[in-house]
Amino acid sequence: MSVLEASAAPAKPLSAINGARVDLLTVADMIGPGARVLDVGCGDGELLRLLAETRGADARGIEISREGVSASMAKGLAVIQGDADADLAHYPDDAFDFVVLSQTLQAMRRPRWVIEQMLRIGRRGIVSFPNFGHWRIRAHLLFRGRMPVTDNLPDSWYDTPNIHFCTIRDFVDLVHEIDVEIEKAVALDRYGRPVRVNVPWWFWNLFGEQAVFLLRRRG
Amino acid sequence: MTKHAKARVFDLARRETDEPSSLVVRFGVEQPLRLMSGAVLAPWQCAYQTYGTLNAARSNAILICHALTGDQHVANVHPATGKPGWWQTMVGPGKAFDTDRYFVICANVLGGCMGTTGPSSTNPATGKPWALDLPVVTIRDMVNAQAKLIDHLGIDTLFAVAGGSMGGMQVLEWAASYPDRVFSALPIASAARHSAQNIAFGEVGRQAVMADPEWHGGRYIEAGTRPEKGLAVARMGGHITYLSEAALHNKFGRRLQNRTTPGFSFDADFQVESYLRHQGLSFVERFDANSYLYVTRAMDYFDLAADHGGILAQAFRGTRTRFCVVSFNSDWLFPTSESRQIVKALNAAAASVSFVEIETDKGHDAFLLDVPEFEATLRGFLDAAAKARGLPVAA
Repeated sequence: MSVLEASAAPAKPLSAINGARVDLLTVADMIGPGARVLDVGCGDGELLRLLAETRGADARGIEISREGVSASMAKGLAVIQGDADADLAHYPDDAFDFVVLSQTLQAMRRPRWVIEQMLRIGRRGIVSFPNFGHWRIRAHLLFRGRMPVTDNLPDSWYDTPNIHFCTIRDFVDLVHEIDVEIEKAVALDRYGRPVRVNVPWWFWNLFGEQAVFLLRRRG
Repeated sequence: MTKHAKARVFDLARRETDEPSSLVVRFGVEQPLRLMSGAVLAPWQCAYQTYGTLNAARSNAILICHALTGDQHVANVHPATGKPGWWQTMVGPGKAFDTDRYFVICANVLGGCMGTTGPSSTNPATGKPWALDLPVVTIRDMVNAQAKLIDHLGIDTLFAVAGGSMGGMQVLEWAASYPDRVFSALPIASAARHSAQNIAFGEVGRQAVMADPEWHGGRYIEAGTRPEKGLAVARMGGHITYLSEAALHNKFGRRLQNRTTPGFSFDADFQVESYLRHQGLSFVERFDANSYLYVTRAMDYFDLAADHGGILAQAFRGTRTRFCVVSFNSDWLFPTSESRQIVKALNAAAASVSFVEIETDKGHDAFLLDVPEFEATLRGFLDAAAKARGLPVAA
């Protein structure tokens, strides 16, 4: 698991940008200037706006909720109302430099297919997700015997869009099954700070509340 | 209608055809319009309305394309019916198409009956109405005619081209035929081709018109009559397709008209029947039967993919236009799946495209009605496009 190296601090602290979520800043930090970016499950378009404003990105989105699409369009973003589980098939190969799945993987019906599609449509993919292997979630299940409800996972089990939780270790396994290379990986602690220490994967899996992976298609 | 009232309507319709009460450009024999059928139209004319002011850079012009039974009177009192403009909800000061900021143009389509050359216009060769001697026109012909008008107005690039239904077809044709002249495009409740079902509906309407004994093979104006019954039936059939089952049910249900028990006759017992009869009758006052034939036919022939080697994405290859595609979930005439076909093709062409399906029970007609979420979508898209175009943004 040597790929799971703690990331170097960004050249310019992206946290200096007021109001933006740290996981979004982490994603933005992985994207080069002027890139063509597709954000799958873009919500109200916050990441797309960040990318357009700080990276000069040509940013597009897919969002399933009408409210999210309307909010994104009002920000001047190009967003399509649609279901990523079905619609990604309609995008041509190599249409984008980056395809982003920010906090959306766990809501996909076919996560593996979605990741494959991402890396067909884009040369690189960025996936961020809540780590179900975090010690607090493990402790929740172990000691309370209930599905965890945390700041990052605020929905009750019967009322959640999330259907496919995974741990950092699970995700790495999946990525290795697909012909994809992990170019960079960052785990974020409960305050959204990168887990900076150069530690083995089990440490990340235990102490990372969220993970952000930069993937690259092989070949 | 009394004989006198009928004569008045008849005169008004004739006057609006050749001498419209809107602006009109007359293109002489030296400016012919070449049609897709190979025919050449000259002289010909295009009637239009404008709202707002064209800025010095000529960069704030919006062309609005009307639907099948619309016309250029998008935001003013209609000269024939005395009713407000057909898109008064969207076009005007402070509205989504803000005439304080944009210069809005709307032209009567080729084949129409409100001042642009159509079958009821006078054929210069004979001095009589064209009737069915007018060459059949297509959506592309309509758009080419509009382009001549835009040239005449000295506008190079339109800030936006927008329209619903048949208007949306024109928007798509504009984006495909004149990509460098369209900064943003808003095809609403529309399709890149007319479906077999819609062609079928169109045929029923046309057959109703042609079955009317007053149609006289299309030469009813010279015969001094109008195929009102046939056109009214065509409109009644069409009108049902513009609504939805939910909309009809909410409005009328099975309620009876002016009675508590069924009349056991073929009078308009049900409210929905009188409503349709009223729609049919008021339509014949403002629309020409032959125009109905020509314009529905233009929609039938529309197939943008077929015009580009069978691949819709080819129609938009290399486009830099910003697209905003909107559909309505209860629209069964131009269902969301048709809009998604457009979006797929635009994605394949790597175009900048936004798409939203608005939830409403109002059916196809929703684009003409006051649907706040639809209005907000158009406003958001246009504001962002205005910013990108360097136009003043709303206060």
